[in-house]
Amino acid sequence: MQTSEAKKVNYLSAQHTVASWLLTIDHKRIAILYLVSITVMFLIGGLMAAAIRAELLTPAGDLMGSDTYNKAFTLHGIVMVFFFLIPSIPATLGNFLVPLMIGAKDLAFPRINLLSWYIYMVGATIGIVATVTGGLDTGWTLYTPYSTAYATTNVVMPAIGLFITGFSSILTGLNFIVTIHKMRAPGMTWFRLPLFIWAQYATSIVMILATPVIAITVLMVAIDRGLGLGIFDPKAGGDPVLFQHLFWFYSHPAVYIMILPAMGVISEVIPCFSKKRIFGYNFIAASSLSIAIIGFFVWGHHLFTTPQSMYAAMAFSIITFAVAVPSAVKTFNWTATMYRGSVSFEAPMIYAFGFMGLFLVGGLTGLFLGALGLDLHVHDTYFVVAHFHYIMVGGAIMAYMAGLHFWWPKMTGRMYPEGPAKAAALLIFVGFNLTFFPQFLAGYAGMPRRYHYYPPEFQIFNVLSTAGSSILALGYLLPLGYLLWSLRYGRAAGRNPWGATGLEWMIDSPPSPHNFDETPVVTWEPYDYPDAHRRTAEHAASEAARV
Amino acid sequence: MSKHRYDPQATVRAYIMVFACLMIFTALTVAAAFVDLGAMNNAVAMAIAATKAVLVAMIFMHLRGGSPLNVLWISSGIFGFVIMIAFPLLDLLSRNILGIPGK
Repeated sequence: MQTSEAKKVNYLSAQHTVASWLLTIDHKRIAILYLVSITVMFLIGGLMAAAIRAELLTPAGDLMGSDTYNKAFTLHGIVMVFFFLIPSIPATLGNFLVPLMIGAKDLAFPRINLLSWYIYMVGATIGIVATVTGGLDTGWTLYTPYSTAYATTNVVMPAIGLFITGFSSILTGLNFIVTIHKMRAPGMTWFRLPLFIWAQYATSIVMILATPVIAITVLMVAIDRGLGLGIFDPKAGGDPVLFQHLFWFYSHPAVYIMILPAMGVISEVIPCFSKKRIFGYNFIAASSLSIAIIGFFVWGHHLFTTPQSMYAAMAFSIITFAVAVPSAVKTFNWTATMYRGSVSFEAPMIYAFGFMGLFLVGGLTGLFLGALGLDLHVHDTYFVVAHFHYIMVGGAIMAYMAGLHFWWPKMTGRMYPEGPAKAAALLIFVGFNLTFFPQFLAGYAGMPRRYHYYPPEFQIFNVLSTAGSSILALGYLLPLGYLLWSLRYGRAAGRNPWGATGLEWMIDSPPSPHNFDETPVVTWEPYDYPDAHRRTAEHAASEAARV
Repeated sequence: MSKHRYDPQATVRAYIMVFACLMIFTALTVAAAFVDLGAMNNAVAMAIAATKAVLVAMIFMHLRGGSPLNVLWISSGIFGFVIMIAFPLLDLLSRNILGIPGK
């Protein structure tokens, strides 16, 4: 069967020209285009992180001055947030998997899907080129009045880059929502959808409703700066706090654009490597929607130290605590899924364990920051830096790595070597904690963020952090090596190497250009683990019989 | 998708009528700008704009007679917009009511 499968045309072997890739409307190829693009962005952002950590090794500004340092952390933030994390899981794994998981042949709007990648490339290129050539020193938050009135660096062009990139996100969200509503296979009811799909759906809601606001906000910054309208200038009747309201109206839900798909990945990986039906399917699905909705009401917790009214602050604080509830529901349900399961420790599962531990720390320290009193103490310190890296890197990137390893055999048809993959997962976990845990301590002790020099008493934390970042970098480079190696030398994966449930595991690896030879009819419940292998075998046999 | 029978003539007639209404409301907006209505200036301008938006959404975007799902999605967009306006207003209007500087 392996030989006959190998001869079948798949989406990778269907055509080989450059044009066939650049003009493709196959969701799987577009996912690969995104995968390559965001990996380049990750390397650029990572390079800036390395520069920042190298500079902070000693209290003095040895390697760069304030201006260069400001530009380095701004580039790091903008690239990692807007050009890597936000498109990471939705645009790569989401693009690849949404049609496969619901039994569709493609997304609802394949051409719009390709357009979203081109828009992303144009926006990201403008953003990167502008930030590298002129430099931008406002931090990724572009706070006014510095960005509108005082910054002498290149503010407008990166803002245009962000404005353009936002449309890519909106188009992806739109495509997913329409696809999930309209293109599910017969029998694939809402409560038979994989939880990854629920997570993508919830994420798409946030993408569509929040992204236009950041687009218009950065446009207002550009207009304010260029024409001096004074929208955010108190002297002209404007309000700099209004900028923060608008910026965080998007940028806090943007955290959920990063973490909700991550949670979707974990909801697939944990039942597979526990060989057990997921605990509390309905609650996990509902909690994704709850996070997406409640997440729209919490942005004011970024403004506790501004002149924001104390009543608004109290409201935002209370709702911030509320949004922790659905996140906790998921965490408890994942844990309960593993209870008495047949747990195995393949690389995706190790990443998933890493996600759970790190997301827990990130989430709980988020509650510290949501408390009105404590936030004043740690605001703008390394405590905040550590917190959001535990969510975005420890949470979102760990899950992205888990998902990439989990579905890599499906995407490429090849298995990667398990030993190095496990080693990389462990290296990332150790390196990550060594990098960011000391930053909690430094921040709590009062070390402010965004300075390239600091009092000597903070050096021990920074030395640990820089040492950890070296291990972390190694952990990230290792997968780049063995995943590329596996493309040529990895053993054939077969249809379902993990014994997982889900429609995507019933078809060839890599899938054919049109995904399914015949539209599947779903008659079973999701995560029906005892029957996973049997179902894949039956599907393969029925395909063979048709041939 | 529409539950109503498709009638091209009726559809075109509706489009023309809506277009005419939009033009009339645009003229009204310009006219209102030349009349000082005091505190009502903004309210009148917003009311005219909102009416035009409703006409576009209902007729041009086929919300009238369309799927309830479309109505739900449009409503969620409006809901998001209301949150975006309401919470910063909550902040703005409740600043300094205790006379505590900075709060």
